[in-house]
Amino acid sequence: MWKWLHPYAEPQRAYRLAGKFIPWLSILAILMLLTGTTWGMVFSPTDYQQGDSYRIIFVHVPAASMSMSAYIGMAIAAFIGLVWQIKLADWMAASIAPIGAVITFIALVTGSTWGKPMWGTWWVWDARLTSELVLLFLYLGVISLYASFEDKVLAARAAGILSIVGVINIPIIKYSVDWWNSLHQGSIKMTGKTAMPPDMLVPLVINILGFGVMIGALSLIRFRSEILARNGMRPWVRELALAEGAK
Amino acid sequence: MQAQFQSVSDFLNMGGYGFYVWLSYGVAYVSLAILIGFTLTRKGRVLKEIAAKAKREQRLAQHRSAKE
Amino acid sequence: MKRGISFTQAFFTLLMRDLKIAVRHRGDIFNPLLFFIIVVTLFPLGIGSEAKILSRIAPGVIWVAALLASMLSLERLFKADFNDGSLEQMLLSPQPLQLLVLAKVLAHWLLTGLPLIIIAPLLAVLLHMEESAYPALIETLLLGTPILSLLGAIGVALTVGLRKGGVLLSLLILPLYIPVLIFATGAIEFAASSQPYDGQLAIIAALLVGSLVLAPFAIGASLRVSTN
Repeated sequence: MWKWLHPYAEPQRAYRLAGKFIPWLSILAILMLLTGTTWGMVFSPTDYQQGDSYRIIFVHVPAASMSMSAYIGMAIAAFIGLVWQIKLADWMAASIAPIGAVITFIALVTGSTWGKPMWGTWWVWDARLTSELVLLFLYLGVISLYASFEDKVLAARAAGILSIVGVINIPIIKYSVDWWNSLHQGSIKMTGKTAMPPDMLVPLVINILGFGVMIGALSLIRFRSEILARNGMRPWVRELALAEGAK
Repeated sequence: MQAQFQSVSDFLNMGGYGFYVWLSYGVAYVSLAILIGFTLTRKGRVLKEIAAKAKREQRLAQHRSAKE
Repeated sequence: MKRGISFTQAFFTLLMRDLKIAVRHRGDIFNPLLFFIIVVTLFPLGIGSEAKILSRIAPGVIWVAALLASMLSLERLFKADFNDGSLEQMLLSPQPLQLLVLAKVLAHWLLTGLPLIIIAPLLAVLLHMEESAYPALIETLLLGTPILSLLGAIGVALTVGLRKGGVLLSLLILPLYIPVLIFATGAIEFAASSQPYDGQLAIIAALLVGSLVLAPFAIGASLRVSTN
């Protein structure tokens, strides 16, 4: 398998391959987010308890669940980069971090604007909210650690170790509402008596997947820039830069 | 499937929760837009930097060969 | 390969060396302790000396102060060894790096964590803490401060090679400290209202065991990155 994978581990090929995926992923993400959001905002029935305020769910839940998935993705990339010394994986991890930070920020802000009408307060210091805030700090820590090393090979290793250590936070966020008494509602149930009606669930799932695809597309775009930035001395990057700069 | 709102103003009002719903969507999409903006322009910035560096080195090399 | 000395010998040699160095620079032990005391005494001055309020916030204040004091003293953990090159000697030595790192962290805890635990009850008296909460305070500090030293060492190991590591260090390790803080203050508050607090204590113990096993590997890997 490694022999087959090897050619793709070359920066130039990875750059081209990523370029092929980006348009498709971007189109898919835009379509999914448009469908899911319009369906959720206009056509989904009003919640009998929370009224129309529940419609924040269509951005809050995707952002929150993807903030964790993005972190896991970043940590896996960092792990591959650390253990097998694959630079491309390091660059991928570095590309995901800022996106994850923004997504986590969105999850926190939308959660707090949902909390105000429902709980009567913008913020409560319970397990889930606090650990999501910790996740934001972890992202910021990884970003600033990566930025503070001049030598980006070392920077990627240091940030990688930190992101792997931070993975411990993920199960704490995920299961916090089941482990502790919390103001935050429990996980959404797909099946059973208290399941969400399909008219709410389907657009929600579409939006969750849409956020995932969007993060994928954005990471690939950042990944390509990262490849260029890290390979500034290579002839193919120089040619590309001079051709672009001439425009 | 049928629209849940009778009119546009009804839709904007969101059953009295308009402020919170639109605030959260606003913040979410504005921050996403900023992120996307920075992500899309990054490639150009990186290439410009590399091009400037390459040109500087070319000039330096020319200067050296002219001297000799 | 011949190792020369046994694991135990290596561990204790390094431990004694760090303790000796610290004894010679006595300020290094007392400064964090003084900082701890000063931070705690600032709270009654800032908030007001009403006994009811103070006894309510006592666990949080003591724990936050302990957290900051331990972070303040962390910088020293690898800095001197990094500057004079003995850290690289440690990395090159045939002894397992994790073991040496553990000795250094233990020395750090003996020098900064233990004095905090000894002085904490005194400060708790000043803050009018509930009497039933004293055992919980000591137990959480005993179990919790080693975690602070272990997790903090990861952050220090990552930033030791950087010129301006100080602010970055707090950004890196304070998030990791938060779970310890939450469970510790939770346990003390339960104890203050005479409820069982075994649950929180068990979680802190689990955190300690987990970090004791895993942190040395992370510290070792970070040191290798920092010294390149």
